[in-house]
Amino acid sequence: MDLFIAKNVTKRFDQHRALDKVSINVPEGSIFGLLGPNGAGKTTFIRIVNRILAPDEGELFFRGKPLSPADIFDIGYLPEERGLYKKMKIGEQAIYLAQLKGLSRHDALKKLNYWFEKFELKGWWNRKVEELSKGMQQKVQFIVTVIHEPKMLIFDEPFSGFDPINVNLLKEEILEFRKRGATIIFSTHNMASVEELCDHIALINNSRKILDGNVWEIKKTYKTNTFEIQFTNFEGDTRSFLPSSFEVLEQKTINEHFITKIRIPADAKPNDLIRELLPHVMIQSINEIIPSMNDIFIRTVTGQNPDTSTSSSEKV
Amino acid sequence: MNKILLIIRREYMTRVRKRSFIVMTILGPLLMAAIVIVPVYIATMTNEVKTVSVIDETGFFFRKFKDSESVKFHYLVSDIWSAKSSFTKSGDYALLYIPKTELTLPTSAILYSKSQVNINVKSYIKTVMSRRLEELKLEAKIRDLKLGEDAKLTTDDILRSINASVDINTIKIGNEGKEERSYPEVSMILGMFSGILIYFFIFLFGSQVMRGVIEEKTNRIIEVIVSSVKPFQLMMGKIAGIGMVGLTQFLLWVILTGSIVTIGISSFSLKMKPGTATEQLMQAQTKNMTALQLPNTADSTKITGEQTNEALAAFESIDFFFVIRYFIFYFIFGYLFYAALFAAIGSAVDSEADTQQFMLPITLPLVFAIVMAQYVIQEPNGPWAFWLSMIPFTSPVIMMIRLSFNMGNDFWQIYLSMALLILGFLANTWIASKIYRTGILMYGKKVSYRELWKWLGYRN
Repeated sequence: MDLFIAKNVTKRFDQHRALDKVSINVPEGSIFGLLGPNGAGKTTFIRIVNRILAPDEGELFFRGKPLSPADIFDIGYLPEERGLYKKMKIGEQAIYLAQLKGLSRHDALKKLNYWFEKFELKGWWNRKVEELSKGMQQKVQFIVTVIHEPKMLIFDEPFSGFDPINVNLLKEEILEFRKRGATIIFSTHNMASVEELCDHIALINNSRKILDGNVWEIKKTYKTNTFEIQFTNFEGDTRSFLPSSFEVLEQKTINEHFITKIRIPADAKPNDLIRELLPHVMIQSINEIIPSMNDIFIRTVTGQNPDTSTSSSEKV
Repeated sequence: MNKILLIIRREYMTRVRKRSFIVMTILGPLLMAAIVIVPVYIATMTNEVKTVSVIDETGFFFRKFKDSESVKFHYLVSDIWSAKSSFTKSGDYALLYIPKTELTLPTSAILYSKSQVNINVKSYIKTVMSRRLEELKLEAKIRDLKLGEDAKLTTDDILRSINASVDINTIKIGNEGKEERSYPEVSMILGMFSGILIYFFIFLFGSQVMRGVIEEKTNRIIEVIVSSVKPFQLMMGKIAGIGMVGLTQFLLWVILTGSIVTIGISSFSLKMKPGTATEQLMQAQTKNMTALQLPNTADSTKITGEQTNEALAAFESIDFFFVIRYFIFYFIFGYLFYAALFAAIGSAVDSEADTQQFMLPITLPLVFAIVMAQYVIQEPNGPWAFWLSMIPFTSPVIMMIRLSFNMGNDFWQIYLSMALLILGFLANTWIASKIYRTGILMYGKKVSYRELWKWLGYRN
């Protein structure tokens, strides 16, 4: 079931189209990556989801019903441009922001106690924000984003500006929230974290959605049946014994280890390749080359057709 | 609705607890009290002896003006014209002219002076004259009683009928001998004061709204907040919260200034003649009775007492309730009218340094209103005064000045001006909120007026 659905969302600023008929479906309980280069329209889209902006055209559905003002209590949003009131004490500020999210003062205090304990911020309750280190401020920002335990969490470039320790902390918390049933949308161009966390993605480029779906499915459609094989006990060219339909893309020798990349025909199986190789070489390993999200991102954004070339295919 | 209250509360509490607010709250009244007390103190403390020439055509007041440490009176026997021409050359402080009246007792006099007449001198002359007139009337009544023609007269009637008031017109004589009539001072002062107060209030707290918006933008907290509340709620909450801070400060100033002035003046009177402070307060309240109880006192303490008396009498001549009611209205709505614009400007820029280009539409009408105020004072019901008090951009300042004068029966003008100001406020807020909601999310972009105009069309 989809928790959130956007249908043909279009947003214009002046003559410029920031979003052009963007439709996405966010499955419940998933971690949904919203990818795209800078200026593609990700932030505009996220602002529309948060009801900060209104779309010029298109519809939005949350839990099966059109998105309503009350739904923002079920959404937690950590914007890319985030900050706190510098002169305000952090405890007081956190209560204020939690109350704006609809919590009562009493509930806010109780929950903040838990989070401040967890993030080791207890002693800082009465300190002003400007006295805190950047990392601590980011922890506070994260806390106020999730304090009302929303059904849907939206993070816009959540890891930018976080140090590696806090990045890990954040990742753990994000996964923890998913375990408890929350759905997470996060916008990023950090592809490593996409690989690590996301199970669905949508790729926006030039205001349009150019790719979306389950991460594994996408990778499957982008893979080229290319395998990397390591073997020993061989000198010469593998092309000499392989059928011509098996395309050798690369071969090199490192310390008596022979490494080669071979693309097999679409109807062939990995076993066919092994069968061809076995009489001639001693196989040490065989791996299918799965395109990374980074490759897919670059390929789709720069408009190269994945079928005719791959970023890793350099003919020898 | 609940959220707006939360925002108002935050805006209010964070500002009221600031050190600068507390310092301003204490310093403001001290400064204002000093403005009130110091001139009084100096006026009474001055060692310079002022000479006042008197031309008394009636003869009733001969030798009635007693010399004091600071004021000497000397009587001239010449006609007013030659006295006036010689007055400009003489070192005399002022020239008092009591013209002859045919049938009634003289109730008015003219006081010529080179500079603004010291209020003590003026009130002393006034007191002496009214007391003398009361004596004259009392004599006449007593004569009537003796004749027995009006046996029904009771003491009360006597007291009431002898109550005499004297008008003294002060005329300033310039070096060229030109005469200018002074305006009714109290109306003028009150009008100017309330006009300038509104002007400052708008600027002071309007720019606080602007700074608050810029702060939220540069802090980058704005997007966190507008994901929980509507930008309009945030803007209105900020405007209302800061407005309440302004009202709080204003009320504290009024209360503190009032108490400092009261304490200051009474302790200062105490120093002059110990033990009479209470008596003087009583005098101030029962001005008619003083004349009977304490005749012929002309010491400087008396003058101080009369000073309070005078001011009180002048204040009594104004319908305070009337003025204050409208003051509060124009104070609040003048602020609201401009605050939305200040908020819009704050949202359109990245830092305070960039606000310059957009400040003009706000500064210009307000400064213009203050500049025009002096013309409005001269002609409080003229066409300039009328139009400027209708246009919402200038009406809070100009209408306050006009209201301090008697506006006659033109209540429709007040109501029309108020209605236009409320409409202006709604229109401004509507426009400002459109600019605001786009502006707060805009970073690193130099915005032009053309751009702002386009923002009005965006759907948010």
